[in-house]
Amino acid sequence: MADAAITVEDAHKTYGGKEGRKAEGAQGAEGGDGSKGVKKALDGLDLRVARGTVHGVLGPNGAGKTTLVRVLSTLLRPDSGRVEVAGYDVLSEARAVRLRIGLLGQHAALDEELGGRQNLEMFGRLHHLGGRQARVRADELLERFDLAETGRKPVRSYSGGMRRRLDLAASLVTAPEILFLDEPTTGLDPRGRAEVWSAVRSLVGGGTTVLLTTQYLEEADQLADRVSVVDRGRVIADGTPDELKSRTGGDRIDVVLRDAGQLGAAVALLPLPAADVRVDTDRRLLSAPVTDRMTALSGVVRALEEGGIDAEDVALRRPTLDEVFLHLTGHGDGADAGDRANVKEAV
Amino acid sequence: MSAYALTDSWTMTRRELAHWARQPVQVVVSLVFPVMLLLMFGYLIGGGRAVEGDYVDYLVPGMLALTMAFGLEGTMLAVTQDLNKGVIDRFRSMPMADGAVLVGRSAADMLQSTIGLVVLIGVGLGLGWRPHAGPGQFLGAVGLLLLFRFAMLWVGIQLALVAGRPEMVQAVQILVWPVGFLSNALATPAAMPGWLGVVVQWNPMSQTATAVRDLFGGPGGESGHVWAAVVWPVGLLVVFFPLAVRRFRGLGG
Repeated sequence: MADAAITVEDAHKTYGGKEGRKAEGAQGAEGGDGSKGVKKALDGLDLRVARGTVHGVLGPNGAGKTTLVRVLSTLLRPDSGRVEVAGYDVLSEARAVRLRIGLLGQHAALDEELGGRQNLEMFGRLHHLGGRQARVRADELLERFDLAETGRKPVRSYSGGMRRRLDLAASLVTAPEILFLDEPTTGLDPRGRAEVWSAVRSLVGGGTTVLLTTQYLEEADQLADRVSVVDRGRVIADGTPDELKSRTGGDRIDVVLRDAGQLGAAVALLPLPAADVRVDTDRRLLSAPVTDRMTALSGVVRALEEGGIDAEDVALRRPTLDEVFLHLTGHGDGADAGDRANVKEAV
Repeated sequence: MSAYALTDSWTMTRRELAHWARQPVQVVVSLVFPVMLLLMFGYLIGGGRAVEGDYVDYLVPGMLALTMAFGLEGTMLAVTQDLNKGVIDRFRSMPMADGAVLVGRSAADMLQSTIGLVVLIGVGLGLGWRPHAGPGQFLGAVGLLLLFRFAMLWVGIQLALVAGRPEMVQAVQILVWPVGFLSNALATPAAMPGWLGVVVQWNPMSQTATAVRDLFGGPGGESGHVWAAVVWPVGLLVVFFPLAVRRFRGLGG
């Protein structure tokens, strides 16, 4: 369709043996389907991203997020299915796709030996800006990402945050129509994360379509117009962040007790819907969904006091990815895909 | 092939040259190493090996050929390092000409080897080596050496693409020594046990060394080897060049 920046229909990609292990190594995940060395990274994935929007792809390690980005950015050939970026087929029109995309991968795609400016200039030339224009553009980007002072130093000496900013600058050398960001903030400290977020927000104003993968619901919440939740190589849910959160039950309250023996009493006593309360004895924790944050908080604190139950901590929080997954798939499979093999097909 | 094949290849060559500028010590070491080998074999270890005439006249062309062969590991190391870096993903996701990464690599490596040859020839002359060759023969000899280096370059690229891991480079760096020494670079096959002499004579590097000695007019040269010194490298190129280019294009599995 004309207004789609990205169209993926029934995409499959299976890594076999050696190749699979290599790709997995890069993602740091285990083969999920139990068969030796063979891994279905994309298993009938469908996706449609409208132009000018930020689309979040949310999922745990090994869900197929990186494979999806690598297929979309022409680095990896899908086994089957239709994959179009900016209206061009990634297989038969790879060059046309490459002219229109920017890529920020999980690992810095930079020449570590060269300086920041040298990197940007080189990428500008490879985008055929011409020498002069490439230099001008490099200076602009260094300025914009606050890297002007370190432009001469080799990238090897950059901090994680600086490297990520330079990498982002490199993916913007030609103001791409579509930008792929593969877990752009993984491994960054909170400050680095905030920097990347503000950079992404400023891009969206310029009309760029952004596809962003992440393990963090909060990140999708902050940046994305729509979110697709991916698990085992297919999309299991999509919608706006608010829709997804409300489906997951919205905010939760966590109460940690001093004595695990009082958990039972607390469940009976607290003004929480008993059927939805989850109890974790090891962590002396009970957790429940709430609708009105402040009413729930004050109600719980009062009930604890009146009941003489000693609490260590009471906190309101957003649902975690774990809970989104638990809710959407019925299998508790948050940040780690390790125990996936034990769980039968859930959806 | 894209219209930008030349520009892109040049950009990639410049990248390699920029690496040199960033790491001058590495460049100097790579140029000094063959000189050290030459001095070692000339004065410490060599000393004849049943060579008729002056050993230095036999040794220098041999060392030139050996240096070209050892270039293989440098190429392999550089390509392996590149492939294991994220930057290769950026190159592959950009609208640049397909072969530019490899062309840049080979242009830079050939330039480095040419400089290496000049340095080594200069040191050889300093040690008293005197080629008895006209300018045509001299250039012909240099051409054969560079052709051999070019073949080794693509063998190195292919090995790097197939093996792809730094540990494998280490293995090749070790193996290159016995393979390099199993040639007539340092000693004449006549001085070796019969079976070993046969192996040594079949080594493509021996063909280049013998032809170069012939063109330089020194001991150990045999006329008629120029063909072998052309056919072997060209044969290697016919096999390894397309393999490497196909392998590089197919990186996306």
